[in-house]
Amino acid sequence: MAIAAALSRALDSDLWWSFRRSPVTMLSALVALVCILGAALAPWLAPHDPFDLATLNLGDAFKPPAWSAEGDALYPLGTDDQGRDMLSAIMYGARVSLLVGISAVVFSTVVGVAVGLLAGYLGGWADGLLMRIADIQLTFPSILIALLVDGVVRAALPRELHDRIALFVVIFAIGISAWPQFARTVRGSTLVERNKEYVLAARVIGISQLRIMLTHVLPNVVGPVLVIATLGLSSAIITEATLSFLGVGVPPTQPSLGTLIRIGNDFLFSGEWWITIFPGAALIAMVLSVNLLGDWLRDALNPRLR
Amino acid sequence: MAAFILSRILQAIPVMLVVALISFAMFAYVGDPVAIMLGQDFTEAQRLQLVHDLGLDQPFFVQFATFVGHALQGEFGLSYRLSRPVAELIAERAPATLELAFCAALVALLVGVPMGVYTGLYRNSWLSRAFLTFSLIGVSLPTFLIGILLILIFSVWLGWLPSFGRGEVVRIGWWSTGLLTLSGLKALVLPSITLGMFQLTLIMRLVRAEMLEVLRTDYIKFARARGLSNRAINFGHALKNTLVPVITIAGLQLGGIIAFAIVTETVFQWPGMGLLFIQSVGAADIPVMAAYLLLIALVFVIINLVVDLLYYLVDPRLRIGRGAAGGH
Repeated sequence: MAIAAALSRALDSDLWWSFRRSPVTMLSALVALVCILGAALAPWLAPHDPFDLATLNLGDAFKPPAWSAEGDALYPLGTDDQGRDMLSAIMYGARVSLLVGISAVVFSTVVGVAVGLLAGYLGGWADGLLMRIADIQLTFPSILIALLVDGVVRAALPRELHDRIALFVVIFAIGISAWPQFARTVRGSTLVERNKEYVLAARVIGISQLRIMLTHVLPNVVGPVLVIATLGLSSAIITEATLSFLGVGVPPTQPSLGTLIRIGNDFLFSGEWWITIFPGAALIAMVLSVNLLGDWLRDALNPRLR
Repeated sequence: MAAFILSRILQAIPVMLVVALISFAMFAYVGDPVAIMLGQDFTEAQRLQLVHDLGLDQPFFVQFATFVGHALQGEFGLSYRLSRPVAELIAERAPATLELAFCAALVALLVGVPMGVYTGLYRNSWLSRAFLTFSLIGVSLPTFLIGILLILIFSVWLGWLPSFGRGEVVRIGWWSTGLLTLSGLKALVLPSITLGMFQLTLIMRLVRAEMLEVLRTDYIKFARARGLSNRAINFGHALKNTLVPVITIAGLQLGGIIAFAIVTETVFQWPGMGLLFIQSVGAADIPVMAAYLLLIALVFVIINLVVDLLYYLVDPRLRIGRGAAGGH
């Protein structure tokens, strides 16, 4: 019953109404859904297992897409230099890209919200120090920070250990490069909320600072975070793809879309364009649809634009 | 004016010190230079001697001060990977990166500003819509994909432009330039477009938004009432007043251009500092990474400083009342 009630309330809401009114948003939601489902269900949906060496056949290498003359219906988007099915490789690659992107965004959201809440609520020197750090980091592009963090961790850890936890290193590097946006937004709204009556009332009846922050202020400042997180997801996916393209991202044993593009780049000149272009197209579809959804969410949640 | 510049420089010093501390910490705690330099066979006495020679037995702050002193003289030691002085490596590759960044910024400004003005003036024409769609795609496409697509179209399919390297370069003193030869200029085209694309779309959207804003103001209406020509109004009055935010963003983006040069240089195998940096990250070559970090930080600090000064020159209000400085 509760679910049905929540559903009917959701269908009645302004958000749903503005969603239905925008065909571009509906299309991008569809594309994003296809990408996410294709990625998440790759082990069950993909026609081949790109990691199963036994099924790979070098005789099938460099097959063009199925619709061209030499194509093979078995491999709808063609095969790479190892005879791997591109469609399956892309689905598994999108899985890694999405996993890293979402984890990195969650990581930077948690760090950024915590810092913003602390800085905004405590004020004083804590605020000054934390925001100064955020400002300094914001002057550098996030790709540079991510590269640097990745490079330092790579140098600090022994090689075997690094190879084993490379995925987490990338998530950490991307996550740490994006927290200041969250911190600044949350700090701004916390400054407003801090002086409202309900916070004063909570203080008067003697609730601890930490509890006021978490149970009273936090729920009232997370609204804008949703928008930044959506837009942050697309830039996290781009950063991951860029790192992997540069050869310092995810380990080669778990290729993401960026890794696939890097591998395909070597064959661009010999005419095997599909090894690069299809993973690239998948990346663009994913990033563009998430971006458009984020834009829509920002406008829909902003009452001034109605 | 002098006080303003001085306070800005004083603000920049702690930032540089923090960055220096980070890159020093990389030197001091990441990897073991002694082990790298000693190789396989050594005695304990040799090891201690080397530790002493390198000054690694000194207290932390003494070591840090030495590091800053050396850094100020452009002294960063040897690259672990190439066994050559880091300063030399960077100086050798700086011209390539700076030329590329300059051309990219030029592309972004010379194409972005007119497109922004056009879409601001004729907001409903089909060309404006096409520009806006193009800018949305430009913002969403990762830099390296733009590069790959350009290579595929203009190098592989059409064969018009080279896809890697700088072409023929001419040496003028220690500076090597690709701007004076035909092959050098041809080699610059694709990388510059790739690198400038994001900034181009950003500047276009910004100029458009500012134009729309300014065209609504009273002084534009008044200028029309006075019977000034459209040209004088659009360019003399409107465009001029959109320039403050454009200068800020374009200036701050220059740092972004240099940072993203890492990606573009990798795609086009451009022999610049970015390619050097990415090879160093892959090989955990700390001295090069630390030096590059400091250099980039310096570039960013200088850019911020220059942007502030330009602000000051372009916006006369800032010269009258300092209180209005936060207005934008």
